[in-house]
Amino acid sequence: MKTLPAVDVVIVGGGWAGLLMAKELGVRTALSVVVLERGGATKTADYADDMDEVDYAIRLHMMQDASKETATLRHNHSERALPLRQFACFQPGTGVGGTGEHWAGVSPRALPDCFEILSSTTKKYGKARLPEDHSMQDWGVTYDEMEPYYAGAEAMMGISGKAGNLRGQRMEGGNIFEGWRSAEYPTPPTKIPYYPHLFREATRSLGYHPHPIPSATISQAYTNPDGVSRPGCTYCGYCERFGCMIGAKAQPSNTLLPVIERHKNVSIRTGAEVRRIVHEKTGQLGQAKGVQYRNAAGEEFFQPAALVFLSSWTLNNTRLLLLSGAGDAYDPATGKGTIGKNLTHQVTFAAAMAFFKQPLNRFMGSGAAGIRVSDLDGDLLDHSTLPFLRGGFFSAESLTSRPIGNFGIVPPSVKATWGAEWKKASVDYYDRTAKIGFSGEHLAYRGNCMDLDPTYRDHCGDPLLRLTLDWHDNERQMAKFMSAKALEMARAMGATEVSPAGELRNYDTRIYQSTHLQGGTIMGASPEQSVVNPFLQHWQFSNLFVLGGSTFPQNPAVNCTLTILALTLRSADAVVNRYLKNPGALA
Amino acid sequence: MKRRHFLTLSATGLGTVLVYSLDNKTFSAVAQGQPVRIPLRFLTRTEALVVAAAASRIVPSNDSGPGAHEAGVAVYIDRQLAGPYGRDRYRYTQEPFEDGVAELGYQGKATPRQIYREGLKSLGNFLHLDAAGQDLALTRIQTSFFFAMLRQHTIEGMFCDPIHGGNKNLAGWKLIGFPGPRFSNLDDVDKHFGESFRPKVTTLREMAGHTLHPSEEER
Ligand SMILES: Cc1cc2nc3c(=O)[nH]c(=O)nc-3n(C[C@H](O)[C@H](O)[C@H](O)COP(=O)(O)OP(=O)(O)OC[C@H]3O[C@@H](n4cnc5c(N)ncnc54)[C@H](O)[C@@H]3O)c2cc1C
Ligand code: SF4
Repeated sequence: MKTLPAVDVVIVGGGWAGLLMAKELGVRTALSVVVLERGGATKTADYADDMDEVDYAIRLHMMQDASKETATLRHNHSERALPLRQFACFQPGTGVGGTGEHWAGVSPRALPDCFEILSSTTKKYGKARLPEDHSMQDWGVTYDEMEPYYAGAEAMMGISGKAGNLRGQRMEGGNIFEGWRSAEYPTPPTKIPYYPHLFREATRSLGYHPHPIPSATISQAYTNPDGVSRPGCTYCGYCERFGCMIGAKAQPSNTLLPVIERHKNVSIRTGAEVRRIVHEKTGQLGQAKGVQYRNAAGEEFFQPAALVFLSSWTLNNTRLLLLSGAGDAYDPATGKGTIGKNLTHQVTFAAAMAFFKQPLNRFMGSGAAGIRVSDLDGDLLDHSTLPFLRGGFFSAESLTSRPIGNFGIVPPSVKATWGAEWKKASVDYYDRTAKIGFSGEHLAYRGNCMDLDPTYRDHCGDPLLRLTLDWHDNERQMAKFMSAKALEMARAMGATEVSPAGELRNYDTRIYQSTHLQGGTIMGASPEQSVVNPFLQHWQFSNLFVLGGSTFPQNPAVNCTLTILALTLRSADAVVNRYLKNPGALA
Repeated sequence: MKRRHFLTLSATGLGTVLVYSLDNKTFSAVAQGQPVRIPLRFLTRTEALVVAAAASRIVPSNDSGPGAHEAGVAVYIDRQLAGPYGRDRYRYTQEPFEDGVAELGYQGKATPRQIYREGLKSLGNFLHLDAAGQDLALTRIQTSFFFAMLRQHTIEGMFCDPIHGGNKNLAGWKLIGFPGPRFSNLDDVDKHFGESFRPKVTTLREMAGHTLHPSEEER
């Protein structure tokens, strides 16, 4: 293994979180920063002709190559885990920009009480109401502390939306349930296509408070505080699973890269697959020395660095710490150890399908243009007499309206699944069908966790990460309750037929849910309970930071990326303003 | 030497119907039809004809519009099987292969190519059956993984961009009123409420203005 010249900072993974940290350090310091990204360089010119459903949405052209590396999964600790041989339930990206290149751009903030879920739930309902096997935790950061960083992340991406709570003042038309915000959204809401429009009218008539989805597919041209300009979205409909051909959707390649490229102290090395965090430990405390990686030709390198940021998404953040022995692996039997703990996945499903007599023109839209109802999110419902805790939101979106993915969805009155009758119904309903989506909070449980798989390995010969994950009663009861609400909404939209969501049974790897998988290297207020402190600094290795959803103690209902970026900005502030002046523990 | 197989299609003047021939001679029952010989990349001619016939029972051509036949679904499937997808280039194929609960997804060793090869055998003398007989044969295997794959690929071949070999003459997109890729819907996205808006159908090739390389064409 060849040892390379030392650098000040190495960042593992060049997606949203890693490139945001690289940009912050590049602009605000003179440190030498190297980003190691396993995938290739991103050519935004390729996005000009990527509007191909087969290659991008079905064969997953932009996603991680499962033949090289995947994860294994089982529902419980007595089952044998098997590999996810193809990605379906979540779809991690690869290459510069990471998953952020082909995301949908839905960008809400988490509700304030999500950050203090354990204390607020216990206070209101008592300890006895918590699921017996829960392992919920507070984040060690409050919404008030997060607010400026949320605002910063929104400004960087130019998020389009409508405030519902401006410095404590209720603003009709926005999400009146959101936490206070210091400023209005950087750009006005997106245009609202016909189907979300129907949803808005119907849910308003039912007494809900529908609001436009905060969107990184921006409504008009915008220049961010770094001086990077992007045009408004044209609602082409080839958005999530695709890169945006005009750069209207905020992606690392069109928001962060242009700034990084201006700063000579930051470089990005592609084809660099990190395999270990190299560290030295004396007793409980230690220091990271750098990282070991393999290039595309299979050569191994040691890249020494004074400061290491891990930002290789939820699964590899966890796996790399486990493979490197950088911290104590979690043991679900004893509850001891922390790495691998609290695996959660946003509870997302089609809460109701609605079939209409009129056409919906669903080919027009963006990944995030749509309407959302948040009245039943967080703890807005009184859960005293309900069979579940916490909630989620409903949405009517314009995404995934492409033909292959949608042909063949027929009303429940049609029983056939192929042949003449089915074909006729499929043609008739192709553009007259839409779904009400629901995304709910996923609580953390002792048994839902990650460790190294004893059998299956990646292409380098390292063990795959093993996920032990299943839904519990809380999610199942929530799904049942929310589906009934969604059916009422679908009927109020004037749907001629509706079909309910099936029951939430076992976690199903065959169906796309979301790429909001969290936990494994969670943050918190104590080293016994968490891997990183509230500034995302490893409790045991003060020069090692972990960025991304792997630090979420559990899964808020909202889509995670804005919170990932806000936490990254908060960590960058702590590093630049405090750590660099006085290296050592920040908490 | 590998025998070259061709699927003979004839595009007739009568509403652009494509007709698959059952023998080596081009089907010539329809006048003026310009026969097109499409070299097969993976399937044998007989296999291609069975795939075509089965796909046509899944999405039949009838009074509710053209089906798998007109869209050239068999050509799409042949190309997918011949390409990286067909040989599991991007699937995790490390041993051991074990059965698990259904929610863990397909855990078999067989590649899509092998699944088709075996699956088509299970359809027996499919080409000699009448429509009802073919439906019965498909009903018998409709819970199999092969059938799920065939059904999915049939939909893909109906509605893919024509660069992939299916959706011939945009038969699929026209059938459902999908306009294909469009750079901008800015002026229309919040209009046409309650009524259908059906702009002219375009292909990616037309939109991009240059040759494109679909992933099944490895270079
Ligand atoms: C189809 C789709 C739609 C989505 N829509 C939304 C949405 O609407 N809203 C939302 O909030 N979120 C959405 N997401 C999720 C969003 O993309 C992620 O939350 C976000 O990209 C996470 O950022 P990250 O930096 O943590 O990880 P990533 O962006 O995935 O970046 C991680 C990077 O690390 C690299 N890497 C991994 N392992 C290694 C290694 N060993 N060595 C070197 N490099 C490595 C990867 O190649 C990758 O580039 C969506 C995701 C998908 C797939
Ligand atoms: S829908 Fe808008 S943001 Fe999305 S890819 Fe198209 S133009 Fe870009």
